[in-house]
Amino acid sequence: MSIETLLKEHAEKDLLRFITCGSVDDGKSTLIGRLLFDSRQVYEDQLSAVERDSRKWGTQGDAADLALLVDGLQSEREQGITIDVAYRYFSTPTRKFIIADTPGHEQYTRNMATGASTADAAVILVDARKGLQTQTRRHSFIVSSLGIEQVIVAVNKMDLVDYDQARFEEIARDYQRFADKLDFKAIHCLPVVALNGDNVLEPSPNMAWFDGHPLLSLLESLPSRQADADGEFRFPIQYVNRHSSEFRGFAGTVAGGQIKTGERVMVMPSGRQSAVASIVTFNGERAQARCGEAVTLTLTDEIDISRGDMLVRPEQRPRVAEALDARVVWMADQPLLPGRQYDVKLGTRTVAATPELIHHRIDVNTLEHRHVDELTLNEIALVRWRLSASAAFDSYRHNAATGAFVIIDRISNLTVGAGMVVRPVTDSLADKSQNVVWHEHRIAKTQRAGQKSQRPAVLWFTGLSGAGKSSVANALELALFQRGYHSYLLDGDNVRHGLNRDLGFTDEDRVENIRRIGEVARLMADAGLVVLSAFISPFRADRAMVRELMESGEFVEIHVQASLETCESRDPKGLYARARAGAIRNFTGIDSPYEAPEKPEVVLDTESLSIEECVDELLDYLKSRRILV
Amino acid sequence: MSHLDMLEAEAIHIMREVAAEFTRPVMLYSVGKDSSVMLHLARKAFYPAPPPFPLLHVDTTWKFQAMYEFRDRVAAEAGMELLVHINQEGVEQGVGPFSHGSRVHTDIMKTQGLKQALNKYGFDAAFGGARRDEERSRAKERVFSFRDRNHAWDPKNQRPELWNLYNGRVHKGESIRVFPLSNWTELDIWQYIYQEDIPMVPLYFAAERPVIERDGMLLMVDDNERMPFAPGERPQPRMVRFRTLGCWPLTGAVESTATTLLEVIEETIQVKNSERQGRAIDQDAGASMEEKKRQGYF
Repeated sequence: MSIETLLKEHAEKDLLRFITCGSVDDGKSTLIGRLLFDSRQVYEDQLSAVERDSRKWGTQGDAADLALLVDGLQSEREQGITIDVAYRYFSTPTRKFIIADTPGHEQYTRNMATGASTADAAVILVDARKGLQTQTRRHSFIVSSLGIEQVIVAVNKMDLVDYDQARFEEIARDYQRFADKLDFKAIHCLPVVALNGDNVLEPSPNMAWFDGHPLLSLLESLPSRQADADGEFRFPIQYVNRHSSEFRGFAGTVAGGQIKTGERVMVMPSGRQSAVASIVTFNGERAQARCGEAVTLTLTDEIDISRGDMLVRPEQRPRVAEALDARVVWMADQPLLPGRQYDVKLGTRTVAATPELIHHRIDVNTLEHRHVDELTLNEIALVRWRLSASAAFDSYRHNAATGAFVIIDRISNLTVGAGMVVRPVTDSLADKSQNVVWHEHRIAKTQRAGQKSQRPAVLWFTGLSGAGKSSVANALELALFQRGYHSYLLDGDNVRHGLNRDLGFTDEDRVENIRRIGEVARLMADAGLVVLSAFISPFRADRAMVRELMESGEFVEIHVQASLETCESRDPKGLYARARAGAIRNFTGIDSPYEAPEKPEVVLDTESLSIEECVDELLDYLKSRRILV
Repeated sequence: MSHLDMLEAEAIHIMREVAAEFTRPVMLYSVGKDSSVMLHLARKAFYPAPPPFPLLHVDTTWKFQAMYEFRDRVAAEAGMELLVHINQEGVEQGVGPFSHGSRVHTDIMKTQGLKQALNKYGFDAAFGGARRDEERSRAKERVFSFRDRNHAWDPKNQRPELWNLYNGRVHKGESIRVFPLSNWTELDIWQYIYQEDIPMVPLYFAAERPVIERDGMLLMVDDNERMPFAPGERPQPRMVRFRTLGCWPLTGAVESTATTLLEVIEETIQVKNSERQGRAIDQDAGASMEEKKRQGYF
C-alpha cells in the first residue's frame, strides 16, 4: 500500500472513545496493555522499559507486566493501582480508538466519571472468581447516568475458574438482572483472560463454547455517540471575535443540529432575533455548519451578544430558567450543603448557583432513593439549583452538550461536582416540594412488590389525542388483571375530575398536571403497583421529571404513535373539530406543540398495529425487563 | 466528521476557552512539529484576527541554527508577537549540555528559564504542544493542567475534567498549562501537516549533515566552536534527519533517506522505536518525565 493510500485510509477513520472500568484488581490495565501490545501499538523501547520496571514492581514474575504500560505515575507503579484516568490511543484499519483507563478504587470515582463523560461505550471488567462487586454496580450506574448506552462486560481471569461456562453465564445473568434498571441499549458479555489474550483479539481456543465476537471486533462494530446533526440547532457563544471595526464574529462549536447562511436565529436568553450573514473559517466561507464543528458566525444585525449566550432557531428554543433540577455527582471531600453558593459552568456560561434542596440521594448499590441533608464525596443525587441569572439549557438526555455542567468551589477554585440537567424549574413549582419531612416506611417497596410477584413500574403512555393511549392502556390493564398482577390506571377521567379539577390547559397548568400525576404514580409504585398512565403529556421536560422521580428502571416511556391526520380523522371525542373551530385553545397538535420522546423504551405505531398486538408487545417487553415475573 | 476533524474542532474549542477566560495567556513555541501544528490551529481558531496572545520561546541558546531562522519567519507570518526568554543567570554561569550534562542543562536553561519567563510576564495560562501518547505520565495529564505558585504539578490531585467544560479558575500567581493536542497521536500530527500543508523546519527532512557518533547516538555538529571534540573525533557527512527537535547536543539524529514529507511519514509509520528515545532526558529513570513535570517542566 502506498503511503498516500494509507494516509487517505487513516484520514477517513471514525473515532470511538471508550472507558474501561470495574473493581480494583479486575485487570483493567492488563487488558489495555494486552490490546495495545497485541495490536502492535507498543514500541520496542517502551516494552523494554516495562520489562525493566516489571522486575522492580511487576506482579508477573519474570514476564513483562503489561499493566505497567498503562500505569503511568510513579505512585501507581509503586502501589500497583490506578489512581487517575490514563488516555491511550490505538487504531485498526477501520477505526481509531481513545481509551480512558479509569481507576477502580472508590476514592477515585470522580476520576472515573471524568473518563466516562466523553466516552461512547464502556468496557466493564468483572473478576470471574468474585462476580459483581460494589464498584461494578457503581461504575455501571455512573456510566449509565452519563448517557453511555453501549456496554461490554468482560468477565476476566476465566483461566482461574477453569474456563467454566456455567460460571460465566451465572455472572452474565447477574449483570443482566442488575442492568435491567439502567438505561443501556446494548449489553455484550464476554469471557476473557486479559493476561494471556484469550478473546481479546482472537477467539479463545480455551473457551470454544463461547460463540460471540472477541473484544476487538466488538469494539470495531459498536456505534459511536455521533454528534447530532439532525437535532435542534444549538450554538453556545464562546468568544466574540472583534477583528476590526467592520468585523464582529461569534466563535463557538455547534452543539446541536446545523445552520445555513441566511437562516433566522434567536439569541438566548435575551430573545433578540437576527439572521446568519456568513460562516467564517480559515479555509474560506461556508454555506453550512454542522454539529461538532468549530466555526465563527457573523449576523446581519448589530445586536448585543456576549460569551455565555446561545444562538438557536426561533422555533426550536431551549429552556430558559433561573432554577433547575439536575442529577449531581459530588466530587469533593467537603460535602455539598444546600444554601451554600457555588459557581456553575453550563456550556460557556458561568453563573453563581445555590443548591436549594436535595430531592434524594441514589444508593448506587440498590439504586433506591434516600432522603439526605448533605451530599458527600462520590455520592449521586437529584438536586435543585437556583441560579443567580437565567440561563438557556436543555435536559442532558435531550442534548448532553447543552445539558451538562460542572460545579466550581468559589473559594478553592476546585471542580467539586458534575451535573446533568433533568429539567428546568418554573416558579409555580419552585416552592411546592420544600420543607416536607419524609416518612420512612417500615415495609420496603421491594417487599410490597415481591408479595405481588412483580416489580413496581410506571408505564407512561404519551402521544397525541386520539393516538390510542387510553385504549391500549385499558386493554393492557385488563390483560395484567387477568394474569393476577396488581396495577392501576391513571387517566384523564379519574384525575382531571378529582385531584386536578382546579387545573386548566395553559402551559403552566399542564406542567402542574403532570407533576401531580407523577407524584401520585410514584406513591403507587412505592406501594408495589404497576402504574399505567395515559396522558398526552406533550412536554419532554415534564416526562423527564417524572422519570427522575422514579428509581432507575421503573419508568417506562411508551410512545403511542399515529400521525396528526390519522388522529384527527379518528377524533373519538370530537375535540379536534372543536379545536379547529377555535372552541378549544391550546390543543396539542393544533395550537400547542407535542414534543415526541427521543428515547422511549417502547414505540407503538397504532396505524399499523391492532390493540391486541400492542398489548402482546408490551407484555413481552415487561417480561424481558422482569417487571412481570 | 472524521477523527481528524474532531481533533481539530476540539483543539480550536480549547484555545477559544483560554482566550475567553484568562487575562494573560501565552503560547509556548518550541519550533518542532507539534508546535507548528498548534500554531496553525491557533490561527484557524481566531481567523480573521491573529491569535490574541503572544508566542514564547524559552531559548536554551543551544538550539539548531535552522530552528532560530524558522521561528522568526513563522511568528512574523502569523502576525504574532514573539517573546524570547533566555535564563541569563545560566548563561553567566556558563551552563551548557557538554559542561554540565543534560540533566543540569535542561533544568537550568529550560525548566528554570520557563519559570522565570512565566513569572516575568505574569502569564496565567500557557499552551503547550504535548500529547498524551508521548509518554506515560503525560497520558495522565488533564487538558487544563493546574500549576501552583511554584509551577508544580500534583499528579495525585488533579481537577476532575468532564465533557468539554474546562475549569480555568486560578488564584493570583497560580496558572494553567493547556494542552490542546492532548488527544492527537504522532500519526495524526503528520497526517494533519500533510493535509494542511504546514511548513516544517528542514531538519525533519533527510540531508547530508556533519555527524559524529557518541554513546550510540548520532549527533549533528551544529556549531563547531562549541563542540568539544574527543581526540580523533571528526564529523562525517551522513544522510540523517531528526524525529524530534531540541538542543542539538541532546538530540539524536537518525539515518534516513526521507527527503519529502510523504517519505518522512512513511518512515515514521514503520518506525518501531518511539520518538522520544532520541532525546537523552527521558532515559534517566523510569518516571523521570513525571519528576520533571512536578518541578515545572512542560
